[in-house]
Amino acid sequence: MFSMDLLLGAVVLGVLLGCFYAAVSVGLSVSFGLLDVPHVAHPAFLVLASYGVYQLNESYDIDPLLAGLAITPLFFLFGLLAYRVYYETFERRGSDAGVRGIAFFFGIAFIIEVLIILQFGVDQRSVSATYIGKSWRFGEFRIPIRQLVAFAVALALTVLLAVYLSKTFMGRAIRAVAQDEEALRLMGANPVRIKQFAFGIATAVLGIAGALLIIVAPVEPTLDRAYIGRTFCVVVMAGLGSISGTLIAAIILGVAESIVLTLFGASWAPAISFAMLLGVLAVRPQGLLGR
Amino acid sequence: MKRRTFLGGAMAVAVLGQGSSALAQQPPIKIGMSMPQTGGLAGGGKASLLGIEIWRDDINAKGGLLGRKVELVVYDDKSSASETPAIYAKLVDVDKVDLLFAPYATVPTAPIMPFVKQRGLLLMGNFSFQVNSKVGHDMWFNNAPWGPADSWAASFLDLAQKAGGKNMALLTADQEFAQNLALTARDVAKKRNLPVVFDQVYPPNTVEFSSIIRALKAAKPDIVYVASYPPDSAGILRAVNEIGIGDDVKIFGGGMVGLQFAAVMSNLGSLLNGVVNYNTWLPEKSMYFDGTKEFFDKYTKRAVEAKVDPLGYYLAPFGYAMGQMIEAAVNSTKSLDQKGIAKYLRENEHKTIVGPIAFSADGERKETATLQAQFRGVKDKDIEQFRSPGKQVILFPEKLKTGDLISPFEAARK
Repeated sequence: MFSMDLLLGAVVLGVLLGCFYAAVSVGLSVSFGLLDVPHVAHPAFLVLASYGVYQLNESYDIDPLLAGLAITPLFFLFGLLAYRVYYETFERRGSDAGVRGIAFFFGIAFIIEVLIILQFGVDQRSVSATYIGKSWRFGEFRIPIRQLVAFAVALALTVLLAVYLSKTFMGRAIRAVAQDEEALRLMGANPVRIKQFAFGIATAVLGIAGALLIIVAPVEPTLDRAYIGRTFCVVVMAGLGSISGTLIAAIILGVAESIVLTLFGASWAPAISFAMLLGVLAVRPQGLLGR
Repeated sequence: MKRRTFLGGAMAVAVLGQGSSALAQQPPIKIGMSMPQTGGLAGGGKASLLGIEIWRDDINAKGGLLGRKVELVVYDDKSSASETPAIYAKLVDVDKVDLLFAPYATVPTAPIMPFVKQRGLLLMGNFSFQVNSKVGHDMWFNNAPWGPADSWAASFLDLAQKAGGKNMALLTADQEFAQNLALTARDVAKKRNLPVVFDQVYPPNTVEFSSIIRALKAAKPDIVYVASYPPDSAGILRAVNEIGIGDDVKIFGGGMVGLQFAAVMSNLGSLLNGVVNYNTWLPEKSMYFDGTKEFFDKYTKRAVEAKVDPLGYYLAPFGYAMGQMIEAAVNSTKSLDQKGIAKYLRENEHKTIVGPIAFSADGERKETATLQAQFRGVKDKDIEQFRSPGKQVILFPEKLKTGDLISPFEAARK
């Protein structure tokens, strides 16, 4: 059944899917990659954002992307609060914070799931927008427009975040806290506040990512579980904390998944992300662009 | 004389009074069940339970069964197979219920089959698929219209072949129910020498179906049989709409779970047009029997309060029908003897609001009444449209048919 046409199509759709994976992982690249917070509730926050977007779209007919932008400040505040609670109850208390932190974030993820079920029920929800359900045609080849939108927004989001972290004062402070917290403290800066701010940024990004999630496919309350593996895989494969690495790793993953789905059979697709992760870690333990 | 009359009268009143209080004190007939009220099956479970509750209220308004009130003893099994064995043991040994109804769906029901067989208990099945095929319990009666195991795929392929389909593509979820359907579809195709040109099993959590649909399209199938689960059904239909499926496809659908529920139908809207899919009850004129309309009048009112599926076509009337069959059996045998009730259920045809029901030896329907219906003229974001006939035209079975297949699929989508 192999044809160049199919392969080319798979690569194009894979790049689009990969950029979408980058958008949903880039927040985790900051919170887990740079800040070392075992944030397994990241996908739950993402699904929560999708429901926020759904609510605004359903009640006020706001475009999902604008709705995503609208909830971004709220998610920033939510991130500040979540980190403060985590810091006070776990991180401050010492070395085994990592393990107990995972339990904390798993707990948060379950609470979010239950709250979504109580508020919205167990049914799946989707949004409406002019670009959902239509496609661009190039002869026989068609690309879903929602995928193109996700691609463009994801690319912009990742580039913006990369520029922010490398060019602005606060961005560089966040990188510094990731490299040497003690040194930052000696400079008179408060690493906890910087980390809290960074966690806020990582969570704020989810406003837009959540909008993309519900644009690409309908969401349901337990969808976060499907994304835990994928997002952590992208972030670790990228090299912890590398934003451009996240984009590259996500695109590699998207293309590989798409080629497998198209040419080799759908059953193999879930194995791909982890096989590639193991492969990359065997050759470069620090990840693709890790230091 | 006056005093004697007075005494006589007083005694009569006392005896009568005693009599009526004895009637009132007769314990209720308890029907026990678990029902998924949380977890993945909750949406269906709650609608099914509401159907059963409406039957309970109707029968109690008529004076109950054998002059006793009917009471339901219901526990939430959280959609989990690990909860049900303990719940049913409790229902039988602690609550001492008189009769048992099964929970909605295959997964929670399967583990209680050995228990009811060992204890020789009657179990009224509630939409399980093939749970008794290996257990062979002779006191199991499924309310679902499935019928013989291969009839599901056979009816879809009948329609497809009549429309000129000569080869088939199979797209199925990697999940027990979908795989059961796929298995029978492959068998039927083999018996009919129908080549399978595409056969893919996709894993749960598949995010994006564009790539799969492109591969499917490249195989140029005439017939596309899809056995999918609710989260994926929407993704597949969306990708089909965007990527296209080719002009060769005569018929698309078959076993897509989720397209029976109001929320999903309303979400998908016009994307549903043209799809031929299974269903159990639809508001078409051939589907109304004694009491059907009255049932849905009550259901529609109570569904709002109970926050369950506002349409309730898929499960609720079959919950009610389950009660009707017990009502007929208990009234005819005039006892709660489970063996007697089972014998009655096996040997007779039962009139219900979902039509006549007769069972074969394995406790499934003698003949399938699973509908294959085609979505037509569906608009976006409108639940109410599904209440009127013509939105899902019944193509199979013959005696319930309300229209003919529009084929090819691309033409039917317009």
